[in-house]
Amino acid sequence: MHHVIIGAGPAAVSAAEHMKKLDARSEITMLAAENVPPYSRMAIPYFLVGNITPEGTYLRKNADHFENLGINVRHGRASSIDPQSKSVKLADDSTIAYDKLLVATGATATKPPIPGIDLDNVHNCWSLADAHKIIEKATPGSNVILMGAGFIGCIILESLAARKVNLTVIEMENRMVSRMTNSVMGTMIKDWCVDKGIRVLTSTKVDRIDPGQGSALSVSTNTGESIAADLVICATGVRSNTAFLEGSGINIDMGVVVGDYMETSVTDIYAAGDVAQGKDFSTGDYYVQAIQPTAVEHGKIAAQSMVNGHVTASPGNVNMNVLDTVGLISTSFGMWMGVDGGDESELVDKENYQYINLQFKDDVLVGASSLGMTQHVGVMRGLIQTASPLGEWKDKLMANPTRLSEAYLAGAQAQDQKNSA
Amino acid sequence: MQKSLHIDPAKCTGCLQCESACSLENEGIFNPSKSRIKVFNFHDEGRFVPYTCTQCDEAWCMQACPVDAIVINAETGSKDVLEDICVGCKVCTIACPFGTINYNTSSGKVVKCDLCGGDPACADACPTQAITYVDANATGLDKMRAWAAKTDNATS
Amino acid sequence: MSWTKKLLRVNLSSGTCTEEPLNMQWANDYLGQRGLATRYIVEETDPACDPLGPDNKLIMATGPLTGTMASTGGRYSVICKSPLTNAIACSNSGGFFGAELKFAGWDMVIFEGRAASPMYLSIENEKATLHAADDLWGKSVWEADGMLRTKHQDPQARIACVGRSAEQGCLYAAVVNDLHRAAGRSGVGTVMASKNLKAVVVRGTLGLGNIDNPEAFAATTKAGKAVLAENAVTGQGLPAYGTQVLMNVINEVGALPTRNMRETTFEGAANVSAEAMAEPRKSDGKPNLTTNGACYACTIACGRISTIDRTHFSVKDKPEYWINSGGLEYEAAWALGPDTGVDDIDALTYVNFLCNEDGMDPISLGSTIAAAMELFETGAITTAQTDGVELKFGSAEALCWAAEATAKGEGFGRDLGMGSKRLCEKYGHPEFSMTVKGQEFPAYDPRGIQGMGLAYSTSNRGACHLRGYTVASEVLGIPEKTDPLESDGKAGLVKAFQDATAAVDSAGLCVFTTFAWTMDDIAPQVDAACAGDWSTERMMEVGERIWNMEREYNAKAGLTGADDNLPARLLNEPANSGPATGRVSELAKMLPEYYEARGWTADGSVTAETHQRLGLPG
Repeated sequence: MHHVIIGAGPAAVSAAEHMKKLDARSEITMLAAENVPPYSRMAIPYFLVGNITPEGTYLRKNADHFENLGINVRHGRASSIDPQSKSVKLADDSTIAYDKLLVATGATATKPPIPGIDLDNVHNCWSLADAHKIIEKATPGSNVILMGAGFIGCIILESLAARKVNLTVIEMENRMVSRMTNSVMGTMIKDWCVDKGIRVLTSTKVDRIDPGQGSALSVSTNTGESIAADLVICATGVRSNTAFLEGSGINIDMGVVVGDYMETSVTDIYAAGDVAQGKDFSTGDYYVQAIQPTAVEHGKIAAQSMVNGHVTASPGNVNMNVLDTVGLISTSFGMWMGVDGGDESELVDKENYQYINLQFKDDVLVGASSLGMTQHVGVMRGLIQTASPLGEWKDKLMANPTRLSEAYLAGAQAQDQKNSA
Repeated sequence: MQKSLHIDPAKCTGCLQCESACSLENEGIFNPSKSRIKVFNFHDEGRFVPYTCTQCDEAWCMQACPVDAIVINAETGSKDVLEDICVGCKVCTIACPFGTINYNTSSGKVVKCDLCGGDPACADACPTQAITYVDANATGLDKMRAWAAKTDNATS
Repeated sequence: MSWTKKLLRVNLSSGTCTEEPLNMQWANDYLGQRGLATRYIVEETDPACDPLGPDNKLIMATGPLTGTMASTGGRYSVICKSPLTNAIACSNSGGFFGAELKFAGWDMVIFEGRAASPMYLSIENEKATLHAADDLWGKSVWEADGMLRTKHQDPQARIACVGRSAEQGCLYAAVVNDLHRAAGRSGVGTVMASKNLKAVVVRGTLGLGNIDNPEAFAATTKAGKAVLAENAVTGQGLPAYGTQVLMNVINEVGALPTRNMRETTFEGAANVSAEAMAEPRKSDGKPNLTTNGACYACTIACGRISTIDRTHFSVKDKPEYWINSGGLEYEAAWALGPDTGVDDIDALTYVNFLCNEDGMDPISLGSTIAAAMELFETGAITTAQTDGVELKFGSAEALCWAAEATAKGEGFGRDLGMGSKRLCEKYGHPEFSMTVKGQEFPAYDPRGIQGMGLAYSTSNRGACHLRGYTVASEVLGIPEKTDPLESDGKAGLVKAFQDATAAVDSAGLCVFTTFAWTMDDIAPQVDAACAGDWSTERMMEVGERIWNMEREYNAKAGLTGADDNLPARLLNEPANSGPATGRVSELAKMLPEYYEARGWTADGSVTAETHQRLGLPG
């Protein structure tokens, strides 16, 4: 059985390793588009800040790791697939035949269609290659504009600040990281950044980018301002890499739509990771989460389905994020924005940048978000995913949401006691 | 036979000797706030519950780590953080449904229990045998793991 | 070093928080905690000052072993001039607050002046901030703790707080930390409230690292823990029964003061004993005692965690008391039980919870209620004062009512809040007050345990068992058995216990360790932690120095040898039951011997020679 995996990110690596675990005899080919060993985009900011070398971003540290496992890593970019002949065509026109195929091509940073977006000193921050260019241009004292204060934008803020650039952040939405924050938390993150000497313009759009006088670029906003910039980093969004699947018959929406076994609409083709539009644990809807833990779990389930058949269905993945914005740590889990008819417990301490927000449906935690919390944050996932009835602890958490760990442990202990009985 | 930490909350008096010992072993100072084992005090119920990583088979933290900084210790079975490889991205801290791997703001890395390499200081310091280091099959950890399994998406 | 070498000075009048280096010369002479803080009080305040005025200072102080792994190394004390006794006050507490202060990088906090309006202090490592506490004022310790916890969003914060009794001027109000541990005696909570300081919230994540000889410290503290574990009292008795193990023991030796110390045995003792606390009750089949709990780093864990029977009259309509909280310790159980003649364990536990909730010293509260009961019996107090309540010995209802009124400072509760001395004077029977220097007695009748009579009368903070616990020797045979009915040799015994206790307190350890530890067990732990050479002899000398310093402070505050006295009842009315029948306290014989052993004059003053020998200030 020949399993072919298109992609070499976390979902691909997770799938490949699980396939080997489940069936040591299976033949696995992992197709890596970038000409470097499989690496983690999540680690790029730490490379930018100079904490690690490029090797520090590699998903597996041992150079022979994949070879030792008997996983064949091939460099090349898939240009199309043919489900009839069960083959993948590469950019160099060579083909690879598969028995089962996993699409784990991830996503790509996009650039908004505005004039000047393709100018020389406008970069995405997505690949290791991008990171190298940014390091070269973001020199101390240079003027840098970051378009987009989403996850990626926020994560690289620290590395940019550490490079001592003059930083301006321009965000269309009325708050930072709107995909994981309500207005209270998003505004607190903005205040934090401003406090750190970063200029943050929310509810502001970049209209155009022009070659500048003196500096490389001039960025014009819809508020009528023109800002000089030596470097513009575009972190406005990403798009699942599905273009090469056109004409394959695979159902594509925001990403590759997959069922509960990570199967696509075409037999023997699966998808996982940032390219996959999989089931969300909280809503039951299908959604591109584009997060590391989901990529790994997708890979694991896809591997099982491909090796053992459709036996274990995914209950869906809890959407969750953790973000470090210039030292301010935020998390969000599940339905952090709340659900209809649910209850909310919120504590705000703007002065100390502490925030916690819990969302309940009846006595079950369905969502949570926090700022400034570093201890036992994982229990938010635990409580959401186990959907444990909180009983009397619901009221205690409504009164004081910081007692989350206790609530979790009380549930775990009760479970323990039940099991002993 | 690999050993595990066995925790019997009924024997715990909440003295925090385990937290002191853990911080001394791992940080070189007495600092319960940096302890990898935490005793929760359910004051109104009169119950103390020591809590740390169960070294679960699912190893959510290890799976979620994007840079392979968490590895299985072949000798003890513990999941250990390799400090020089950890980049501090904290994904493991949200992935672990037990909340037992945590970000250390001073080091910029995550920390978790590593069983002190096979001689856990907490168990040694515990005056009441609420924390012991015993053969894995005698720990009742399976029960906690059963609880853990409820979180699992896919049985491995 | 083990000291952080830093103190925090909080001036409530000006609203400033400043860091100062710790005076290390004084640390060498007075070790820490009780001794060192008293040295600061001596230096910085006028002993004649109004204890409730802005000139009095209040210090929260840790010892060098506070925050370490030494067993019981979690103690702190609150030191100030007492409004109850007008003498030096030093009230010791466990829990976790003291260690947290240390982890935040502070050996002590000195509060001075008085805030214009209610404030509380938050300490997060180096950062100390005063905040308005208007919303907390008028709240119980429990309520305020919850509010502060919510506000600071940190379940790990440690909080010390005063309750409504302190705000209302109850003269024996405590500072309560961790919801039910208390710096209980002498009204240190009253002083805190007089400064308009409601609470201190502390969070320390810096830790404590500067142990002088870490390897020796690890070895010696481990050896110390083994000694505690192997000792019958600290290894078995205290964890299983708590200090309450004494209830039946002391009753049997005929030294259980009963009904305001008129009798020396109590017929209901068994009903309020440790054994009774372990007995499943009828209503829910659960015992009063849920479990034992430890203070920071304590390997003894004598603390009682208890519940009240939900069907009991005191709480049946009050679910807020259906929780676990700190349960009965022996002294509290005695004061609230035998001394008031009440043998209803749930009533006692309820009143003990009230003491936790609103910060009252249960010894002074119980003893004052007992005095009020005697006043009621003689007709000096009538139902006109008590809202119609029959304040009779043995009445659990009356006990609960009196405690509630005192906690809130309502009606007759304000009279009770004055303490037994002032109460009995007000109602014309000063002889009913069982106090020394204005502070109520604990649970050992000096007629049946002679050494305790001398210990009470000479205690620098007024009647107290924790300034020289000769019960250890006279009843328990630690370190060696002496006859409790014999007064010979007790002067030297009291001095030795007093000096040793001062040193143990100042190290940051719990005096209960001395059931098993001698100074030869303790000195090596201090020696390994602290720079310099800390021998048993030096520790005893430090203890003696502290004792004499406290004595000189009290002298300047206006106390004399005449205050080293006992109530006439204990000197003139022979015990009427039990083994001590026919005995009175032989204080008159012991006191001159004691003064001599101390190197004091015949009227109880520290001689110039002793002053010189110990290198005392001034």
